[in-house]
Amino acid sequence: MKKLSVDIIVIGAGPGGMAAALKANEMGIKNILLVDRLPEPGGILQQCIHNGFGLQKFHKDLTGPEYADMYIKQLKNSNIQVLLQAMAIEITHNNRVILSNKADGLIEVGAKAIVLAMGCRERTRQQVSIPGTRPSGIFTAGVAQRFMNIEGYLPGKEVVVVGSGDIGLIMARRMTLEGAKVHAVTELLPYPGGLTRNIVQCLNDYDIPLYLRHNVIEIFGKDRVTGVKIADFGEEGNPPRKTFEVSCDTLLFSVGLIPENELSRMIPLMMNPLTGGPFIDDTFMTSKPGVFICGNAAFVNDLADYVSLEGEIAGVSAAKFALGNYQNDPRIPTVAGQNVRFVTPNFISRNDSATLYIRVKSPITDVRITSSKNIVHIVKKIVKPSEMIEIKLDKEMLKKIKALPASPSGGKEFRIDVGQE
Amino acid sequence: MPQTYNIAIIGGGIVGNAIARELSRYELKTILIEKETEVSFGTSKANSGIIHSGIHDDPKTLKGKLCVAGNKLWEELSRELKIPFNRVGEILVARSESDIPILQNFIVNARTNGIPAEMVGERRLREMEPNLSKDIKAGLLASSAGVIPPYEMTYALYENAVQNGVEYLLDSKVTNITKDGSGFVIQAGSKEIRADRIINAAGVYADDIAKFVGADNFKINPRKGEEYLLDKRLDNINNHIIFPTPTPTSKGVLVIKTIENSTMIGPTADDIEDKEDTRTSEEGLAKILDFVRTMVPGIDKSDIIASFAGIRPVSNTNDFIIEESKAAPYFINAAGIQSPGLTAAPAIALMVVDILKNSGLKLQKKKKYNKYDKPHRRFSLASNKEKELLIKLNNSYGNVICRCETVTEAEVVAAIRNGAKTIDGIKFRTRAGMGRCQAGFCIHHVMKILSKELDIPEENITKRDGESNIVKEKR
Repeated sequence: MKKLSVDIIVIGAGPGGMAAALKANEMGIKNILLVDRLPEPGGILQQCIHNGFGLQKFHKDLTGPEYADMYIKQLKNSNIQVLLQAMAIEITHNNRVILSNKADGLIEVGAKAIVLAMGCRERTRQQVSIPGTRPSGIFTAGVAQRFMNIEGYLPGKEVVVVGSGDIGLIMARRMTLEGAKVHAVTELLPYPGGLTRNIVQCLNDYDIPLYLRHNVIEIFGKDRVTGVKIADFGEEGNPPRKTFEVSCDTLLFSVGLIPENELSRMIPLMMNPLTGGPFIDDTFMTSKPGVFICGNAAFVNDLADYVSLEGEIAGVSAAKFALGNYQNDPRIPTVAGQNVRFVTPNFISRNDSATLYIRVKSPITDVRITSSKNIVHIVKKIVKPSEMIEIKLDKEMLKKIKALPASPSGGKEFRIDVGQE
Repeated sequence: MPQTYNIAIIGGGIVGNAIARELSRYELKTILIEKETEVSFGTSKANSGIIHSGIHDDPKTLKGKLCVAGNKLWEELSRELKIPFNRVGEILVARSESDIPILQNFIVNARTNGIPAEMVGERRLREMEPNLSKDIKAGLLASSAGVIPPYEMTYALYENAVQNGVEYLLDSKVTNITKDGSGFVIQAGSKEIRADRIINAAGVYADDIAKFVGADNFKINPRKGEEYLLDKRLDNINNHIIFPTPTPTSKGVLVIKTIENSTMIGPTADDIEDKEDTRTSEEGLAKILDFVRTMVPGIDKSDIIASFAGIRPVSNTNDFIIEESKAAPYFINAAGIQSPGLTAAPAIALMVVDILKNSGLKLQKKKKYNKYDKPHRRFSLASNKEKELLIKLNNSYGNVICRCETVTEAEVVAAIRNGAKTIDGIKFRTRAGMGRCQAGFCIHHVMKILSKELDIPEENITKRDGESNIVKEKR
């Protein structure tokens, strides 16, 4: 087996992996290997031809491929080795990565630090257990997006979108622009799963109806989808107050994303059931020293910009680790309090600055975000589960967090609550 | 003048293919006729993959006899066809005190039939199956039960039969059969096939086929079974095939250990009218979950990655019907092959050969019969050393196109060269698209390979023929 030895290997060349590799390179690490299974870097960005990327990171309104290109240009001007069409098929317990590709066969890569940036995958029709037949014409929104934007095929003409995640909303608009008729977007919850800007720009602007508290409960059609049965659950929930049928030839599922962590489980890393990713600290190190993770593999982000920002942190940390000056400061666990689904990273260790991300359980207005000892105190008009909340911690705040007294249960912890004013 | 075959087999499921392969040992002109575009697209594609011990069936019935006989043939068959087979064993669990004497009765029956079976007490049961419900205090272990990949097996039988000279006529529904002298003329799709003898292995349609020649002294009642596959990440949630204690009418709902080391739950058993009704249902899933949780409480709905339903062909006698028709000589029914049909299939094939002999057919062994199928190379199962060798042999083994099941381009190409024409055909042969992302990542790769190998545009590629095109139009 071909053997390679590098300082840092980054697995996945999407917005997180590219940012991590470049940042580590900037920190003075020369021997970096960035691998991806696709024939070009950029990951899912390449199929996201809509705009809205880069507002945070570059203060520009870019399309996905344009956003990717900002990094690809920098990669070309760096001495980072990029290996494409290579699949990481295994990570051994002693942190060796096995890659498979056509030209080299299997390659065993030894690295001082690993950055995992595998992104996420979409939840499927099967995982939300929708009964009925199993014809063609059923896609996850991202697969339809790939067919439309990369492969050059129209997946279908009469469309129902199940779930109101961002990719589903984007694809409702995209399919409409391509001449398809989108009959309905259904959402089981009383509020949409995607960003408000996508509800406005993708549905409202094109008169596509959004059915909240509705769900597809049966799929019809033998060869190809011929229709669906939709249930209106109203405020009372199950059983539905009425059902109706809609004819269609295509169903797009946008019912959630799952961090891709098959490799993480091989190592194995300790996994966080709330995010679907590994437990991480604010340097983006996992439970295994030298193994870092960023972006949607760690937890599902709303924007590619956040993914790149996390990639940069993971890149800096991996570089420090490879150089032998990574400091493992005392870690204080973060705790999800009232109305908080999760808070990540799971541990605070840095002294300079750190960012926490939280997702709330349900939408509320006139919000007060507070923490242990009131170190964080933010007032907001509205918070929604679909929009991740960023909490920046500066040097002063981190100092206070480190000085927190031990909780009654024993150790120190930093708890975040979201309540009404 | 159409060609005349010695034998025409109608139906390309596990039974038809097992018979075809058995007959390919002899100097015979044999054809298998299938209505679908690929074999194994009917009931066999929804099989659970269990090689039963035979403990459930009355030894006086054909089902009971052929199950026990079939079970013994699987080691050799799987070796010859290079398909994995694992005797994981089955455990019938006692869900209440009153189940225990029933299980003890089964042991007595098992002994008379030569089926290895023993009672297992609570402590050992817990060691064997740590995730069993605390309420289960005893069980019956039948160690000769096993699992195989059912579709891969059907395809291997098909490939080996083809290799040994059996002809296949696919995509050809039998619409009429007439008598012609001592033989038959079969209208199959647009073709007319003449055959001296017919073997009816048409599954749920066996009664409809038999009716053409008046050999329908039975009726097939379709009985639907839904099954749900769990994410293989949860490996070792169970180590055996776990059954409840059977009732006089049902084997119950099972927790199945598959050959892939994952868990499958089901099946339901619902008598239906429509032989094509393979819908899954909310009620079916609820019933299965409620039932299996009484045995393995940790099973969770959110772990399901795939669901499907198949139709068992249940005869009105409730037993297999394997005999030459009295009303239509030289027409042999192999009908009503419900569970344990997969287990029994190799024994059914041998029984059909005997029936043919008794009907006066002279069987002469071929000089050049090759009982071995070519290897079905699975990249995911190979060691790293073997993987290296495979890539050296053919570098498209280095191109992993299905992430979840680690299937390579080379395996997909091989499947197409062995007869796969559709996305489902590739899936059943290689597992590409069977994993947790349900083909999200691999479908466009598979479409490209199919398009190139078959020289057809991607927009013409279908899930399983007919109108099941994947995409609507090229842009």
